[in-house]
Amino acid sequence: MSAEEIIKPENKVYSRPRLLDERVTHYCPGCSHGVVHRIIAELLDEMGLEDNTVAVAPVGCAVFAYNYIDVDWVEAAHGRAPAVATALKRLNPGNLVFTYQGDGDLSAIGTAETIHAANRGENIAIIFINNGIYGMTGGQMAPTTLLGMKTATTPYGRRADLNGYPLRISELLAPLDGTCYVTRQAVHTPAAVRKTKAAIRKAFQNSMEGKGTSVVEIVSTCNSGWKMSPAKSNEWMAEHMFERYPMGDLKNI
Amino acid sequence: MKEEIIIAGFGGQGVLSMGKILAYAGLMNDLEVTWMPAYGPEQRGGTANVTVILSDSPISSPVLDSYDTAVILNQQSLDKFENKVKPGGTLIYDPSGIHHPPTRTDIKVVPVDAMEAAIELKNSKTYNMILLGALLALRPVVDSEAVVKALKKTLPERHHHLIPLNVQAIERGAQLVK
Amino acid sequence: MQEDIRLMKGNEAIAHAAIRYGADAYFGYPITPQSEVLETLEDEMPWETTGMVVLQAESEVAAINMVYGGAASGKAVMTSSSSPGVSLKQEGISYIAASELPALIVNVMRGGPGLGTIQPSQADYFQATKGGGHGDYHLIVLAPATVQEMADFVALGFDLSFKYRTPAMILADGIVGQMMEKVVLPPQRQRRTEEEVAAQCPWAVTGKHGRGHRNIVTSLEMDSPKMEENNLRFQRTYAEIAEKEVRFQEYFCDDAEYLIVAFGSVARICLKAIEDARARGIKVGLLRPITLWPFPTREIEALSRRVKGILVVELNAGQMIEDVRLAVEGRVPVRHFGRMGGMIPNPGEVLDALDTEIINPAKK
Repeated sequence: MSAEEIIKPENKVYSRPRLLDERVTHYCPGCSHGVVHRIIAELLDEMGLEDNTVAVAPVGCAVFAYNYIDVDWVEAAHGRAPAVATALKRLNPGNLVFTYQGDGDLSAIGTAETIHAANRGENIAIIFINNGIYGMTGGQMAPTTLLGMKTATTPYGRRADLNGYPLRISELLAPLDGTCYVTRQAVHTPAAVRKTKAAIRKAFQNSMEGKGTSVVEIVSTCNSGWKMSPAKSNEWMAEHMFERYPMGDLKNI
Repeated sequence: MKEEIIIAGFGGQGVLSMGKILAYAGLMNDLEVTWMPAYGPEQRGGTANVTVILSDSPISSPVLDSYDTAVILNQQSLDKFENKVKPGGTLIYDPSGIHHPPTRTDIKVVPVDAMEAAIELKNSKTYNMILLGALLALRPVVDSEAVVKALKKTLPERHHHLIPLNVQAIERGAQLVK
Repeated sequence: MQEDIRLMKGNEAIAHAAIRYGADAYFGYPITPQSEVLETLEDEMPWETTGMVVLQAESEVAAINMVYGGAASGKAVMTSSSSPGVSLKQEGISYIAASELPALIVNVMRGGPGLGTIQPSQADYFQATKGGGHGDYHLIVLAPATVQEMADFVALGFDLSFKYRTPAMILADGIVGQMMEKVVLPPQRQRRTEEEVAAQCPWAVTGKHGRGHRNIVTSLEMDSPKMEENNLRFQRTYAEIAEKEVRFQEYFCDDAEYLIVAFGSVARICLKAIEDARARGIKVGLLRPITLWPFPTREIEALSRRVKGILVVELNAGQMIEDVRLAVEGRVPVRHFGRMGGMIPNPGEVLDALDTEIINPAKK
């Protein structure tokens, strides 16, 4: 095939989603954020939600998410995204409102906001990137850091007697009456990406249908923080993270 | 016309609600009013007091150092407020539970045995209305029509059937000081 | 139309005034002595009438961040609390100011520091007028002295806050929050329609709705020259507010030999003291700042050229007095009389302080 034939529109099988900005992200090469951003941008377009979505960005690596996905955004204070989203959705019930948060933002400083928004059954979707580490600030321990895992603040590995145990926030949220959908996914293989996309689609639908709070936890890699190559990170995640954070739906009403 | 009133006693004696009815009655008579409670846990069991000011001109301070009239329902309050009644003013007190009665001679001191009267009316909750009746008989700062309107305003709908009993209690209080 | 005259507490007046203003949402958390604001709103159920959202949040922190979210969508959103709760809100208030959003925050002050007391205080003057949270910002601070002003300042606070896209605070105290007075409520206003919100707040995150570009509400700017530009823009707004929005009230100042400066309910206690002083032939005037920020600096400066001395009366250890002294620039003695811990001075104490601190300091 000649180059001209290859670039014929009918042969196109893959392209940048329309709602994903054409700019270089600040994410590290190999980071899971890029994949999840892409899924969200695809879904907002496919679901026709471009004009009535307000997303809430966290403090953490995804703090600049608003620079990459072309919908309205609010940048929340650290951990407060579910509170910000609560007001956005209650005051504009016709909109899709979702938060995009990391494990430090959601499961450390923002635990109260997360649990209470979910317990009130706010009609929002929470996209939760769990890579077991603080990426933005340089690789410190998160509540989700595995035991034994070395971070900037657990240089000899996380110890239960000093630092407590890896927090499974989805397991806390699933029993709440306010949640309608709690699932744990990953984006390390094409099959996993497809499942995550289906999960986020469902979460967005739930938000629009007013069914309650949906939580999509995405177990992710932080190859910079973990100090591994992207490929090695994916292997390590499957080998170690999935044992503590098993894949699949915890709740699906 | 300006009347500066302190009502003081234990929490639960109806101090704040008596003040509220007085303030509402003032409102009905087109007076300026302030109702300033000592608020908080004091309402529950401890001492409670409320300053009510009724005036035909704008009221400056809701907090006062002296009063035209004091309605005193316990010893602690008597100790605190007896000296703060202006010379020529009026001090109404319930003698039950008072071991050291007021001693001032430059004010009008009027004991009103409101609890006994309330028991006669077979409803201890009329206690504060009996005292209000006594107060209004001695210091007719608002008219009785305004008081009935105030009762309607302050009592929840479901208690409106008690308005005649409250009116009776106010009348009884007035008789006690005649 | 007959005026809607009611007798109510200052806290209740705030709630009724918010509904009448057509506020879009209130987010709050119970704390004495201001819980009646949330209680009254829940009792009135405005979501059934005007569509106003009322929500008891899980914390003051959550409540202010709900305000941030609601304000980001161009809505008229408010919260209320008392001193310890307002401390918790400071981070969120800083974000609201930095994101140039309108919002109304009510602080019914109680005595501190720490858990302190539930009784009245004015010890959050510094916090309210000098920023409060991190970074260079100001709130428009309104100090009500009457229940009527508690009601009126809801509309004023919202209007100023939308006009300048900066948060406003009603800085009240437990006295004016808990006392009942006559209040005339304004007529019911309609909440703004979505179209009106979009027209008034083109920056709001409402969903793009064919706008063609996305709106982003953020206080983050990693490029320092741009962040400095942002700061300069905020400062230009504050300069304009300082120029145009100073509000105050003068009583008996025309022939005053002595001046009292006091705000909020304390100004009323001072006014009674002044009435008593004048009855004795002492010529005292009162200046009551209504806006604590911007502060009536020029007016106090002018008065300081005519009086012999100034007494500042506050329910704190001496906070507003610093702004008074900056205005007076040493021309006349400026002294303080304050009570703390929930203690309230009566008019007689104010008169005594005026005598010993200003009129006859030699007696001290």
